[in-house]
Amino acid sequence: MKLGMFSALSVLVLLVLGIVFPWTKTMLIIGLCYGLSALGVAIPARSGQVSFGHAMFACVSAYAVAFLARAFPSMDGVVLLVLATLTGTLFASVFGSFVVRYRGIFFGMLNLAISMVIVALLGKLYELSGGTDGIRVQRPSWGGLVTERAEFETILLWVSCCVALLAGWFYQRFTQSATGEALRGLKSNETRLEYLGISAHYVLWVGYVGSGFFVSLAGAIFALAQGLVTPDMGSWTRSGELVFIMILGGSSHALGPFVGAAVFQAVKLFASAYMAGVWQMLLGLTLLTVIALAPEGIMGAWQAYRCRSSKGAQP
Amino acid sequence: MNFDTLLLGLADGISYAGLLFLVSLGLTLIFGVLGVLNITHGSLYALGGYTAASLTTFAMRHAFDATPVLFIALVLAALLVGLLMGLLLDLLLLRYFQKRDPVIQLLVTFAVFVILEDVQKLIWGTSPYAAGEIVSRLGTVELFDVTYTVYQIGVIPSIALASYIGLNFFLKKTLWGKQTVALTHHREVATAMGVNVKRIGALVFILGAMLGALGGALAVPVSSLTPGMGAEMIVLSFTVVATAGLGQITGALITSLMIGLARSMAVYLLPEVDVAMPYIIMLLVLLLRPNGLFTVAQSRRI
Repeated sequence: MKLGMFSALSVLVLLVLGIVFPWTKTMLIIGLCYGLSALGVAIPARSGQVSFGHAMFACVSAYAVAFLARAFPSMDGVVLLVLATLTGTLFASVFGSFVVRYRGIFFGMLNLAISMVIVALLGKLYELSGGTDGIRVQRPSWGGLVTERAEFETILLWVSCCVALLAGWFYQRFTQSATGEALRGLKSNETRLEYLGISAHYVLWVGYVGSGFFVSLAGAIFALAQGLVTPDMGSWTRSGELVFIMILGGSSHALGPFVGAAVFQAVKLFASAYMAGVWQMLLGLTLLTVIALAPEGIMGAWQAYRCRSSKGAQP
Repeated sequence: MNFDTLLLGLADGISYAGLLFLVSLGLTLIFGVLGVLNITHGSLYALGGYTAASLTTFAMRHAFDATPVLFIALVLAALLVGLLMGLLLDLLLLRYFQKRDPVIQLLVTFAVFVILEDVQKLIWGTSPYAAGEIVSRLGTVELFDVTYTVYQIGVIPSIALASYIGLNFFLKKTLWGKQTVALTHHREVATAMGVNVKRIGALVFILGAMLGALGGALAVPVSSLTPGMGAEMIVLSFTVVATAGLGQITGALITSLMIGLARSMAVYLLPEVDVAMPYIIMLLVLLLRPNGLFTVAQSRRI
């Protein structure tokens, strides 16, 4: 409960930060999108299935935004967001229906394979997708309002803050629901889960669609904020970053992936300012340190610490 | 499409498959024995390539430029990189994270891979490297009407095949090889029977690393070295390994050939999907055989 309050407060801080220092807005939106995507990756990861291709959902929905905006230039931003997210989620539900049959490394590889095929096609079909240069997305109206760039960014910041809070709340509810618990049971013993009369495929499919929904939503917001979509959005390195963020922050609480995204952005920013050539090295070292010292991520370590200290207080 | 294009595609595919097989062989060996899906294998491929390029350039500059010397320099570079990096990674990393979840182990190797990407850039810079001297030395061969380099159609495939035969000999005929196989069957029983798990583990890791670096070194004369080559190769060899079934050595040979040929054919026939070809094959194979082409069914443990 306290962590929920803390999350709400930190979202408020982000909003104020964005409004007081307008130049941080894009960075904050992108950070929240990363956090939301990593939250998505965390759902199947609860069942022990880590996907190395989840960025493809962001890519699919971002291209849906771009295609729709190109075909219907007067389409409203809200409609774009909703339709693109639906497209990504639909894709996740179709692809999910066969990928849930696979476990472990095959699960990860199949996701990777599909994402590679999508990225390759988007890069090659130049007439349709603009190749590796991508497609520009003109700034749409929002809820009927025609806005300037600064206003539009403020709106998107509001949207991503609200979405992040709602998604976090949903994640917390989901992990405590019967399906969410079954998903975790899949990690410890799938056969026993099936003996209880629960379909492992169905449970994983539900989680997969939910995670696809989160990542698609993040991808659509990202596309609108950046005004440009490229095949790079679905590359396997991007998917790797999402897994990285999830592990970094920890997935025991919805706040984890967002904390991970914040640390990730901070490390990237610090490295690009002070050690431009070696930012990947810095990220790698951060990941190694976290895995070695805090196996459950930053949030996991924090919760363990809280647990210990409260036990110490009441012997 | 005429006969010449077919022949050219075939030759390209065989040469490409040879490289792919060397890298995949190392990857699948390490996975089969140690249970780690080693992403640093991509770095080893790149490091092997860069080291080989530096070593051959060095040899030529100091007038040791007889063809066999250049060739030995290539192979030596790979073996050296494999030995050093394999030992280092095994001692520092894998042992430390040995008891962790396979996903965590994979992420550890991912972290090291990312670190090594920057190390490469620091040492060799970001501009492309090329060392094609040895290819022109070995000359060309005429196949019907198509002229092809001996290096690509002869040297690479023979080294790949020799590695396959050599590894099989090692695993089936030598004591350490038999211990390795025992380890893959049942780790605990093998340990109880007196197999030195640490030693075999290190040996396998070094062997695998050498194969990865060898793939990189042999790729030097026929392609230019750029940052990111390791990333591309690791994803591709993962595809081979997953399509073949994890830990399947003969499977990796056949799958590499299949994927190599399909990809080079696609370059000529379906240029839109040439990059996606390996993944399309993998998707089709895994749809029909969920655990890979050559995996034998296992009983479930309750």
